[in-house]
Amino acid sequence: MGTLLAGPRWIRRTWRRSLLLRITSTTLVLSLIVVGVLGYLLLGRVTAGLLESKERIAVGEAASGVSEAQRLLDASDTGPTTPSPGRLVDNVVSTLATRAGAPGEFDLLLLSSDENVELPERGTNLAMVASVPPDLRTAVVSTQRQSWTYTTIRYLDARQVPGLAVGAPLIVPTVGAYELYYLFPLSQEQATLDLVRGAVLATGAVLVLLLVVIAGLVTRQVVVPVRAAAQTAARLSDGLLDERMRVRGEDDLAQLATSFNDMAQSLAQQIHQLENLSRVQQRFVADVSHELRTPLTTVRMASDVLYEERTNFDPSTARAAELLQTQLDRFESLLADLLEISRFDAGAVALETEVVDLLPLVHRALESAQPLADRLRRPVRLYADHPTYPVECDPRRVDRIVRNLLDNAIEHGNELGVDVTLGMNDNAAAVTVRDYGVGLRPGESQLVFTRFWRADPARARTTGGTGLGLAIALEDARLHGGWLEAWGRAGRGACFRLTLPRTNAAELRDSPLPLAPIDEVAVAR
Amino acid sequence: MAESGNGGAVADRGRILVVDDDVALAEMLGIVLRGEGFDPVFCANGDDAVQMFRATNPDVILLDLMLPGRDGIDVCRSIRAESGVPIVMLTAKSDTVDVVVGLESGADDYIVKPFKPKELVARIRARMRRSDDAVSQILSISDLRIDVSGHMVTRNDEIVPLTPLEFDLLTCLARKPGQVFSREVLLQEVWGYRHAADTRLVNVHVQRLRAKIERDPEQPEIVQTVRGVGYKAGPG
Repeated sequence: MGTLLAGPRWIRRTWRRSLLLRITSTTLVLSLIVVGVLGYLLLGRVTAGLLESKERIAVGEAASGVSEAQRLLDASDTGPTTPSPGRLVDNVVSTLATRAGAPGEFDLLLLSSDENVELPERGTNLAMVASVPPDLRTAVVSTQRQSWTYTTIRYLDARQVPGLAVGAPLIVPTVGAYELYYLFPLSQEQATLDLVRGAVLATGAVLVLLLVVIAGLVTRQVVVPVRAAAQTAARLSDGLLDERMRVRGEDDLAQLATSFNDMAQSLAQQIHQLENLSRVQQRFVADVSHELRTPLTTVRMASDVLYEERTNFDPSTARAAELLQTQLDRFESLLADLLEISRFDAGAVALETEVVDLLPLVHRALESAQPLADRLRRPVRLYADHPTYPVECDPRRVDRIVRNLLDNAIEHGNELGVDVTLGMNDNAAAVTVRDYGVGLRPGESQLVFTRFWRADPARARTTGGTGLGLAIALEDARLHGGWLEAWGRAGRGACFRLTLPRTNAAELRDSPLPLAPIDEVAVAR
Repeated sequence: MAESGNGGAVADRGRILVVDDDVALAEMLGIVLRGEGFDPVFCANGDDAVQMFRATNPDVILLDLMLPGRDGIDVCRSIRAESGVPIVMLTAKSDTVDVVVGLESGADDYIVKPFKPKELVARIRARMRRSDDAVSQILSISDLRIDVSGHMVTRNDEIVPLTPLEFDLLTCLARKPGQVFSREVLLQEVWGYRHAADTRLVNVHVQRLRAKIERDPEQPEIVQTVRGVGYKAGPG
């Protein structure tokens, strides 16, 4: 069943896809029709011409034969001795037969018209009475005039030949009414017609074949460059910007190739320009971050020295040293994040994966976030239903993602605290971090990953995040082939879900944990 | 070995060669190092660094990777070729490749700008504290003999030359044969890191140590990898 269905589908596909096939088969069908009609008309003309002349000759011959026979018979009637009826008809038939120029030009049948009287009947060359169609005999007898028709001449030796039968009434004196039939075999004409038909068929076939081949060749001349253009275009879109078409001659196709190449050229130029531009920009960001580091190190150390000595300063100078110190921390993390983002933009990041248990990793992240949680009085709870969560990942990056989500949740949460949940199925592991704080307004769950995005520009930051944390976390998750998604409802909190494939090769289809918290789904219902 | 952070202030009077072209940073490093009781000497370009090293015979070298003249990697290789002196790279890049190249050229540790003075001092102390634990002890692992106080490793009475860091790493593992040390623990014990840090540091140095002590570094018998956990010393 499958192959039966596959056949036509395959053909239909090829039909749709191959211009060459469509044009050649259309040419084939149309030229078959034209050649068929022409051949039919030609054969008709030839047949009619051949038979017309044959008919004229045959009818003339028969008429003169009949009048000759009548003259002979009438003459014999006047003689002193009257021959027997058998001799008489024998004489007539043999005399008429000798009139034929060549043997086999025609055969004769002399048939009695009177069914009641037993009269001698004669014929030549084994021609059978059955050769004369009954309709013809009726016509001859009833009209008493010459009549003719086409028939099949049958011989006693079982030969059958198409032929022309011409009949006329003949009165044999003292004997009775006869009909004389001339049977002209048309084998000669048949042979000629067969020859002509064969020639027409062969010519037609050759013609059709030639037309198809010509159509195929002509189409190929057009299709091949078009296909080449399509292939070149495909390679271009695959990023091989140096691909060009071959230009041959000066015809329309050469023009197509030239314009195509010009287009590819200007496209490549623009792409290179854009690439250069973005490379220059990325380099600039990297260089700036990099160049800032050496002076920053000096400033940092100077600030540290001042900070250590702050107890010896007067209060306002001491406070200045403190501010210098804390803002330098913030400056540093901003710089580090900028550099990290510029690395992602430059595509200069690589995963260093190993199989890691997520549970201790998340534990460590919780521990490091504990001081902030304690300061803001926000309890952090961990829920895990498996003893281990082995995942093939880059632990530094996953650690960074989890810390980031935790810091975010603690910062934006409220006294209800933060819930961290671990989940795992056959091919994925997930971490959700949920808070019950300000939450996200509709549409903001996508915006949170935007660089330097702030929910409320007027709102002050409490922990001095860089605004790049979630953007970096998203890039890190993508690098693993994982997902990082956000859910939120204004005033009810937010939930971030990190889903990672358990092996590098695995592709994510679903996450072991729901993104929207179960309690919120229940409320919505 | 854990009390090195505050116990070695007097013993520390170590000489530190600072190779950095940034005058302000070098001066600042000088202030901090002197404040911590070290004796800093300075060199501002790569070409003079090796000569300066021979002339001053420092206990630790702080080496900037980006230098005018010969670059830091090159300088690091030359110094390592003639001495096992602890080298700490100062790098403005934290890109994987640069760090690994630096470590492979012989640096013991690296610190990424901008760093905190305390962090730097902790690293320097970790590299110097070797003189603290002077308990006479002989360890043996496989066919190696480790003279802990004499800082010497021998195989069939032949000395296996190790840098102080490689020696510390081997000693740390050999003190508890068969016990698995995670990379984080090794970073704490050998490098003196207080927080989780870059575990590539451990990987690179384990490779280097194996190249010197294993008969077939591809099939290590003395320092064995425990997949997903860390390293352990082979049967002693």
